Amino acid sequence: MRITAGNMHFRELNEQIRACPDAEIEIDGCLGQRYIGSGLADKTLLVGGIPGNALGAYLDGGTIVTEGNAQDAAGDTMNDGAIIIHGSCGDGAGYAMRGGKIYIHGDVGYRAGIHMKAYRGKLPVLVVGGTAGSFLGEYQAGGVIVVLGLRRPAGTPLTGYFCGTGMHGGKMFLRCPERPEGLPERIRAAEASAADLTEIGGYLDEFCAAFGEDRRELLAERFWVLTPDGENLYRRLYTSV
Amino acid sequence: MEAFGFFYPEYEVVRDGGRCTVCRVCERQCANGVHTYDPERGVMLADETKCVDCQRCVCLCPARALKIVESGNTFRRDENWTAPAISEVCRQAGSGGVLLSSMGNPGKYPVYWDRMLINASQVTNPPIDPLREPMETRTFLGAKPQRIERDEKGRIKNNLAPQLELEVPVMFSAMSYGSISYNAHAALARAAEELGTYYNTGEGGLHEDFYRYGKNTIVQVASGRFGVHKDYLNAGAAIEIKMGQGAKPGIGGHLPGRKIVGDVSRTRMIPEGSDAISPAPHHDIYSIEDLRQLVYSLKEATGYQKPVIVKIAAVHNVAAIASGVARSGADVIAVDGFRGGTGAAPARIRDNVGIPIELALAAVDQRLREEGIRGNVSVVAGGSIRSSADIVKAVALGADAVYIATAALLALGCRLCRSCHQGRCNWGIATQRPELVRRLDPEAGARRLVNLVTAWKHEIEEMMGGMGINSIEALRGNRLMLRGIGMTDRELEILGIRHAGE
Repeated sequence: MRITAGNMHFRELNEQIRACPDAEIEIDGCLGQRYIGSGLADKTLLVGGIPGNALGAYLDGGTIVTEGNAQDAAGDTMNDGAIIIHGSCGDGAGYAMRGGKIYIHGDVGYRAGIHMKAYRGKLPVLVVGGTAGSFLGEYQAGGVIVVLGLRRPAGTPLTGYFCGTGMHGGKMFLRCPERPEGLPERIRAAEASAADLTEIGGYLDEFCAAFGEDRRELLAERFWVLTPDGENLYRRLYTSV
Repeated sequence: MEAFGFFYPEYEVVRDGGRCTVCRVCERQCANGVHTYDPERGVMLADETKCVDCQRCVCLCPARALKIVESGNTFRRDENWTAPAISEVCRQAGSGGVLLSSMGNPGKYPVYWDRMLINASQVTNPPIDPLREPMETRTFLGAKPQRIERDEKGRIKNNLAPQLELEVPVMFSAMSYGSISYNAHAALARAAEELGTYYNTGEGGLHEDFYRYGKNTIVQVASGRFGVHKDYLNAGAAIEIKMGQGAKPGIGGHLPGRKIVGDVSRTRMIPEGSDAISPAPHHDIYSIEDLRQLVYSLKEATGYQKPVIVKIAAVHNVAAIASGVARSGADVIAVDGFRGGTGAAPARIRDNVGIPIELALAAVDQRLREEGIRGNVSVVAGGSIRSSADIVKAVALGADAVYIATAALLALGCRLCRSCHQGRCNWGIATQRPELVRRLDPEAGARRLVNLVTAWKHEIEEMMGGMGINSIEALRGNRLMLRGIGMTDRELEILGIRHAGE
């Protein structure tokens, strides 16, 4: 089924999406409608135009593909499924996501992957083709964040400031020739081993398949793995009254 | 250096040797390890350095041989450098740690509830006897329509937003599974169901066993988003966005990894042993517009079937903040005063940040009325509601309903030792230790909660009847029913009430 979004209010658009029995829905001419696919579990949405904030919030399965950019809070608290963004993405992508995958071909804004967490069989994955803004993976508690920096102009930093602040779980993979600078004290950064790269091989394959990139080219450059240093930040913080 | 770390115990265990039968119940009951048996002398001993004055041993001693009293050891009297001020400096000098505390602010601040008096009818508009005549305490929480809409045939269209229906204007406020025990949650859930009201999951997710109480459950979404997923959002009768908490406005939460075990890990949906950190802000909310986005993403995810509550702490600009929240699409605003409880908070925050709920509530209600948006939202007041009289006063100041938590825990056995953060609650409430949790029988707990709220309901009806009011609706915001006693003009002005005698 095809829905032309145009000037439709988000509430009407999302009602039509929810009511549609088809497994695959094409949405044309989005003009910033918010909450597209919020809480969906079983559909494929192909989004033309520019969707608004909170695309695929609480997503619980299925796939959302945007032909262009996405805005803020894409995949907020998502639990399962996939969001594939052919352009760039705004701030707060994958906030507190617990499962599923977000693939972004271009850049991502501030606070991507903040408070991501893994749980049992669930391992959230965020792969960014370009660069990431500040506070990448802040409070990260689990899951995998990969930033590739493809076709990054010389001198453009791969991530902004405060990368991994408060990180206490999960892994971050940064593709860059030198050890990333300015990391917080409690983050360990090591060059990715073959085993590390095997861990993300499947995600890189999916990323390449989605956006027509070349895996060999991705792996031609060095990756750095960021993990929390294991020292519990809070253990000695308190004393009883 | 030992000498620096020693503080004479605050409490003394007084054991009546003539009554004590050395049955050792006290020893078995104390998870803090205060009581021990001395086999050589055949007597019970007490290590009072470990005592938190939870009163468990006192209540369970079959011979009534025990009492806990203040030990009376004193520093040299000083009205400025009080004993707590001195010992806290010493503790911090020893540990370098942030002072951690629990439950509500115990400080010596004015309790405005106790400075307000309730009206009663005499001669004209006679009192009503609630035992003889119907009294209405049923309350609906949610946005009310601005106007009547009709369809083309002139019939009234149902344009009512989803509402929470309460038989009595009292709900159990948010306490997470993790901060309190499974059995405590079970008791709250059962009591809420029986009373026709609601309990609140807090930010720790909803245990799978309690989905069946969904129609009496408010599910909370906080900055850490623990346990939040689609089924969770749809399981409850309403969704509460926690922006702040009265006990610790402006700061987040942290449940240490050692408490993330078993079911708590499952319910929060994070691995065992991993720290559960709720950041101070929601990192996607920096404005009312951003809040509106979260409100609507939740409404979209649940098909506009659930009212959305936004909980804020009572802080200096609470009226302006509430005005923003009332325009965010929220259906209910919960305002939590600075005396609200907590399972753990830095003592300096708990004791110094925020404002009293009485003033905050009056200011919020007034502001929303002035701006003509009071009907956009219901207002729920929390943060130390101690009795039915507090509720009547809160409703008269403008609350639609109140949230209680400390009072609910008292009903479950809590004696306010304010040591929840230590995780050794002898009453089985603020602990995850199975042998302690077992002490709280959910069935008996639920019964006590039902008793409490039922008694309060009757008292509310009595007070309403005395005022000649037979419906809680007619009491709401009816500040003429209140008079202040011993307050300044400014305080009276903020509360919007007159002084007694006026």
